[in-house]
Amino acid sequence: MNKPQPFNIIVSLLGALILLFIIAPLIGMVIATSPQDIIETSKDPEVQNSIWLTVWTSICSTIFFAIAAIPLSYLLAKKTFRFKHLINGIIDLPIVIPHTAAGIAVLGFISRNSYIGKLSSNIGLDFVGHPAGIAAAMAFVSIPFLINAARDGFAKVPLKLEQAALNLGASPSRVFFTISLPLAWKSVLSGLIMMFARGMSEFGAVVIIAYHPMITPVLIYERFSSFGLKYARPVAIIFIAVCLIVFTILRLLSKEKYLTNNVRNKKHIKKFRRF
Amino acid sequence: MLEIKNISKNLGDFNLKNLNLSVKKGDYFVLLGISGAGKTILLEIIAGLISPDSGEIFLNKKNITKQKIQKRQIGLVFQDYAIFPHLNVKNNIAYPLKNKNLSAFEKNKQILKLAEEMNITHLLNRKPATLSGGELQRVALARTLALKPEILLLDEPLASLDIQLKDELRHLLRNINKKGQTIIHVTHDYQEVISLANKIAIINNGSIEQTGTPNEIFQHPKSQFIANFTGIKNFFKAELKNKQAIINNSIAFTLLTDKTQGKGNVLINSQDIIISENKVESSACNNFKGIITDIIPAPLGIEIFTDIGIKMVALITTQSLKKLNLYKGKNIWISFKASGVIFLEN
Repeated sequence: MNKPQPFNIIVSLLGALILLFIIAPLIGMVIATSPQDIIETSKDPEVQNSIWLTVWTSICSTIFFAIAAIPLSYLLAKKTFRFKHLINGIIDLPIVIPHTAAGIAVLGFISRNSYIGKLSSNIGLDFVGHPAGIAAAMAFVSIPFLINAARDGFAKVPLKLEQAALNLGASPSRVFFTISLPLAWKSVLSGLIMMFARGMSEFGAVVIIAYHPMITPVLIYERFSSFGLKYARPVAIIFIAVCLIVFTILRLLSKEKYLTNNVRNKKHIKKFRRF
Repeated sequence: MLEIKNISKNLGDFNLKNLNLSVKKGDYFVLLGISGAGKTILLEIIAGLISPDSGEIFLNKKNITKQKIQKRQIGLVFQDYAIFPHLNVKNNIAYPLKNKNLSAFEKNKQILKLAEEMNITHLLNRKPATLSGGELQRVALARTLALKPEILLLDEPLASLDIQLKDELRHLLRNINKKGQTIIHVTHDYQEVISLANKIAIINNGSIEQTGTPNEIFQHPKSQFIANFTGIKNFFKAELKNKQAIINNSIAFTLLTDKTQGKGNVLINSQDIIISENKVESSACNNFKGIITDIIPAPLGIEIFTDIGIKMVALITTQSLKKLNLYKGKNIWISFKASGVIFLEN
């Protein structure tokens, strides 16, 4: 048996410390909360509504903004144009600025005094204090995750395949939908999941735009500031569990699809080798 | 059918310079050149993947220089096939058919017809990742032919295939061309296409150096480059009879072949020919008496031009020239093995 290298031991120990740093607070929170409190909190309509609101606003935000973000990722991956680097930098801005500042920026853009705010008021939609405003705030901070992942995915699609499709008489839009998007789909899906997950967990930007109706991160903050840690903890545990379940299901679904394709290909390879 | 007029393209460290070509309907046109000569770029310009800096391209007298790729009806089979990896073979072949207003029945019929022609019917439900290079090549051909292109462009289609697959594909390409499909085939290897081409253009360093029939190119190379590049001096039209290649109805070469008859061309590399003062008993089946008509130094030795009823060239060393005391007008014997005679069936 090989003797463990000191370097490997140090690396493993450091890794274990980081894992402990992530897991310990979460486990501590679960241990400090009685199952009775968790069950009672989960029956609370305010908590249920809040979790439901958080999940569906994040889903809507992801789907709505993806319609424009995915084509933008394609452009950034495939086309050469002036100020492309600047645009790439702008896309990463929401990641680096404080989220409360992001909330202030979005609020200025969609508040009743803004052009868009006035325009939407005319059709009876007021972003501030509305799920649409929550979705906008979620999208603002989470959209870089989708654009970056999708852009990397599109960049990996060989240009030759797109040229071959054009050569076979397909229009550019058909090439996008039948060649580029399916081949980049794994990265796009990963980006969609990350955007959705990041949107669900957003607090800073949302709280500026819509304290009410309360998404779960705002509800946790509200219970903590009004009633203390004991009352905030069960909501936090339930929300973390929901996030983990949703995130795991989505990851498994995307992985399942990928594995199924791979297994199918491997079966074909085995079949081919038998010839 | 296809007219290329004064096409130029500057690609920084490489230029295409004032290229002119004319391809007629039904031609099997081979664009021959070393790697980096500009063959693939010219093909991509014809297909519309690259725009030329100047010059014009006419297809059936219509200027298509600025026409979009998808509107050109010029099918390109890429060197690496460019088969869509997420679609099975059937859907790859069906891809160009989706632009045409065909019923599902008609589409299916066309796919099956092409698959049968390419001998890939058994692969229709397979994913490209499970196919060999030869199979991918056939899928790429079937898919491009489904477009019913005016011209089929082939970028080094035989380059990565083994000898048996090369023969099969050559046969397939010949049949496609015989059905009237105009083909432009780009390659660096003259031997692989000499039996297919009815017209050849030699491209070198971004310029067309010579255009003509295979006979014109190989027997009357216009430049040193072409002569060196083709490397063939002994190239004759021949008819195969009783396992012998008959040239000009006057002289017969013994060769190794499993065919008994047919028309084609015969190649003998000049370095495979042995010159002697007298007839030598050896394993070589082909022995002919002749006369030296010329002696010319070549980059790799000395070329001895002889007349044995037909003109043949042998490549020998300077030492052999001195040893045999060869001179213009001297009677000699030339001999070469049956395995040195390459018969390329038409």
